[in-house]
Amino acid sequence: MTGVDVLLVALGAVAVGSAVLVVATKHLVRAGLYLVVCLGALAGMYLVLSAELVAWVQVLIYVGAVVVLLLFAVMLTRAPIGASDDLDRPGWPAALIGGGVGLGLAALLVDAYRWTKVELPEAGTAERIGEQVFGSWVLPFEVLSVLLLSALVGAIVLSRPDIGRSPGRQSAVDGVDSDGAGRGRSR
Amino acid sequence: MSTTTLLGALLPAVPLVAGLVGLLLPPSPRGAATEQDTARRVAIGLGVAGAAGALALAVALLVSLDGPAEASTTWIDLGGLTVTLGVRLDGSAALVAVAVAAVALAVQVYSTGYLKRGPHDDVDVDHRYPPYAAQISLFTAAMLLVVVSGDLILLLVGWEVMGLCSYLLIAHDRRLPEAPAAAMKAFLVTRVGDVGFLLGIALLGVSAGSFRIADVLAHDHSAGTLTAACLLLLAGVAGKSAQFPLHTWLPDAMAGPTPISALIHAATMVAAGVYAVTRLFPLFEATPVALAVLGVMASVTLLLGALAATAQDDIKRVLAWSTVSQIGYMTGALAVGSPPAALFHLLTHAAFKALLFLAAGAVIHAVGTTLMSRMGGLRHTMPVTFWCTLIGLGALAGVPPLSGFWSKEGVLAAAEGAALHGDGPAPAWVGWLVWLAALVGVAVTAWYATRLLLRTFFGATRTPLAHPHDPPAVLRWPVLALAVPAALLGLAGFPGWFSTQLQRTLPADPEAVSDLMPPDGLIHLTPTVLLPLALLLVGAGLAWAGWRRDAAADPAAALGPLRPVFARAFRLDDVQHTLVVRPTTALGQAARVADERVVDGAVLGTGRAARALGGGLGTLHRAALPRAIAAVLAGALLIGLAAALIGGAA
Amino acid sequence: MRPVIPYVTAALLFGLGVYGVLRRRNAVLVLMAVELMLNAVNLILVTADTTAKALLPHGGQVFALFVIVLAAAEIGVGLAIVLQLYRMRASVAVDEVPLAERPADEPVPVAVGPAGVTTDGPSGVADGPAGGGANPPETGRPEGDR
Repeated sequence: MTGVDVLLVALGAVAVGSAVLVVATKHLVRAGLYLVVCLGALAGMYLVLSAELVAWVQVLIYVGAVVVLLLFAVMLTRAPIGASDDLDRPGWPAALIGGGVGLGLAALLVDAYRWTKVELPEAGTAERIGEQVFGSWVLPFEVLSVLLLSALVGAIVLSRPDIGRSPGRQSAVDGVDSDGAGRGRSR
Repeated sequence: MSTTTLLGALLPAVPLVAGLVGLLLPPSPRGAATEQDTARRVAIGLGVAGAAGALALAVALLVSLDGPAEASTTWIDLGGLTVTLGVRLDGSAALVAVAVAAVALAVQVYSTGYLKRGPHDDVDVDHRYPPYAAQISLFTAAMLLVVVSGDLILLLVGWEVMGLCSYLLIAHDRRLPEAPAAAMKAFLVTRVGDVGFLLGIALLGVSAGSFRIADVLAHDHSAGTLTAACLLLLAGVAGKSAQFPLHTWLPDAMAGPTPISALIHAATMVAAGVYAVTRLFPLFEATPVALAVLGVMASVTLLLGALAATAQDDIKRVLAWSTVSQIGYMTGALAVGSPPAALFHLLTHAAFKALLFLAAGAVIHAVGTTLMSRMGGLRHTMPVTFWCTLIGLGALAGVPPLSGFWSKEGVLAAAEGAALHGDGPAPAWVGWLVWLAALVGVAVTAWYATRLLLRTFFGATRTPLAHPHDPPAVLRWPVLALAVPAALLGLAGFPGWFSTQLQRTLPADPEAVSDLMPPDGLIHLTPTVLLPLALLLVGAGLAWAGWRRDAAADPAAALGPLRPVFARAFRLDDVQHTLVVRPTTALGQAARVADERVVDGAVLGTGRAARALGGGLGTLHRAALPRAIAAVLAGALLIGLAAALIGGAA
Repeated sequence: MRPVIPYVTAALLFGLGVYGVLRRRNAVLVLMAVELMLNAVNLILVTADTTAKALLPHGGQVFALFVIVLAAAEIGVGLAIVLQLYRMRASVAVDEVPLAERPADEPVPVAVGPAGVTTDGPSGVADGPAGGGANPPETGRPEGDR
């Protein structure tokens, strides 16, 4: 067992342990923070696995952006600070399916690789990844950019209910709303 | 096609056209005065013209007919079975046609006065006069079709149209609660017989390969087929001619207007059965079984009708039961093998029964009731009606020299010949049965005829408030006109042109003409004629004596405990109700329940189960997100497991 | 390097993600569990890049990058949906999402939808002590008044 293996086991343990806390904790905010730990540990594993660019992108996008977005969402939905009791649903089917999937996959992979040993390639650089992305994979890359754009537009449309409606429907909504406001004023 | 057969073909066509055109007329407007009612006037014109045209044609036919004539053209050829469109004319057909047309004309004229808005008449009855007149025309046309038809299928068409028209006409008066039920009963009971008639015709037609009457008569049928067919035909005859046990509709049919009763009883419907038998008589002659059944049927009907007539209080019901009884005489004559006697009685009966009904209609019109217990003493206030009724009742009872005496004497002579000398095709015991029943019937008929006369026209009036008077001219003339043949038609039975015409009934097989009657006449006076005369005197004398003892009382009181039994016609209606109506109703209800519960239940249950299943599936599909995703992921896990295990094993 | 170690880690992370998706009822936590599953896949991709030789070099790492991009897009849209759900129902519990109702783009429910917000909203605003400026019912009100 080499040092790399020890490092991988340690980081893996941290990732799995924090993931358990993510799905088990009763504090919403803490779940987000445990997710940061888990994703950070994964970034460490990517580094060990000599995927430097992926590791830094992981830190930048996941730990930096996604988790912050999630924490924003937690706050915007006015989640209570502290433990909540209504976060979970009855657990046995979830445990059965989740455990089945996890252990099944693990058994499959263990059966496939046993205790074999693989030489790590030399640490990759961003340049080689870039060659691949802009060479062989440039078409998916462009499609992905379109996907991102449409996701951006979609997110904006979803969060703004007043846009994208037909004028007639808009007036109907206004009528209802002004009725409600009228009621509010009379009250 | 000669002139004669053309006349025969036109005979039913004229009233048919009048009837069909009349059906197109609109109903009279409500509230319009009778004089201003155009539709009514047109309807009257059409009806009278149709009947008069038919009468003229029938007379012309009778005059021009110089022997049996037949003409036909193929109508349908059903693979070996030929249905023809044709006429078959002989003297008896022409005579019956004349009688039918004459009675129809009398009824049409009489109806114009009878169904008129008056103190006793309803607006609604008068309102539907155009269809009424048109239905009478159709009825006449159907009967004439039966009379002249040269094909069994064509005969059946007329036969069925008559059933339909009787249904419509009996139910004409919608004010009476019993009229629709009576119409329904008439239709259903005759329908039962018609099924037999249809089967009998089919049997004969298939056996002979043609439905033409001449072919059917000429074909040599096997004995079994012939017996079965004749018995089936007898069922239809019993239904139409109101013979026991299918006679129950006739008294109830009195719910119809009185002119309709006259039409049904005198000329059309009930005569059709007897006439149909005379048409096919060679077949019956060859089957003693059918003749025996006919004889028993006739005897039972004869006595049953006569006895039931003794206890009725409704004047129309007395006449109705007397019709049943008189038709029994005709079928009795047929049973002992003498169609000429039967037809002779049919013709005289048509005259005097139409007369009696129309006169009774005049009485009802004047008094406003049909119950004899509320009449009486009408002799002075309605002399014309009284004398006409006297003639009719005398003919009915068989008082010489009125027509009924001669024709009934012919029947009695035929039965006597069959009983004592074994004449004719029927067994001797049938002859005895018919003869004795006919003799008893003479006495009973005399009794109830006398009773009717005494209760209605003699004694003190029992409705002092009414002011009865002789009917207006339009009602009086048909009655007077019918009184002439009712009185004198019997004399035509003496040897001469008339009797020659009547005896020419069997042109297909001249050898088989019954030699019961001497060829020179329908009437032969022998000492045995004294026997029915004596019985007549006994019957009439008994009734008169009873009335003499207590003029206010009903002579029927002498019947004692038998009176309610007779009044309800031996409770045969109840028997019919118990044996037929109630099981049928129960069966219908069971079928309905089975239809609703089992058939509908299966269909509805299938639908309901499908909806419930769909609802259940829909509920499953509408599961909340977590359950849905759990199901999806569990499915994925299971597929993965299966793939791993099977892939690993393989 | 023993590849079985990151592989097993990824498998366990994936299982935990499935468990979280099924167990949690808060939509934000469900999204977090989805992130766990995506990262497990990423880990497998990256590990496979080192252990399995592909025709194109570093295909696994490129795929991992793509998945990260997809995850970013997914989280953006997903959070927008969650916020919209919260605005309409004042709750983000996934098992309270009404699937049996008519879709919101039909005329009548649209008219009812905002009205429902305005009728439900005041109670939420009055009861909620921590009502911030971004409270959906309150943002809905001025629009109606406009």
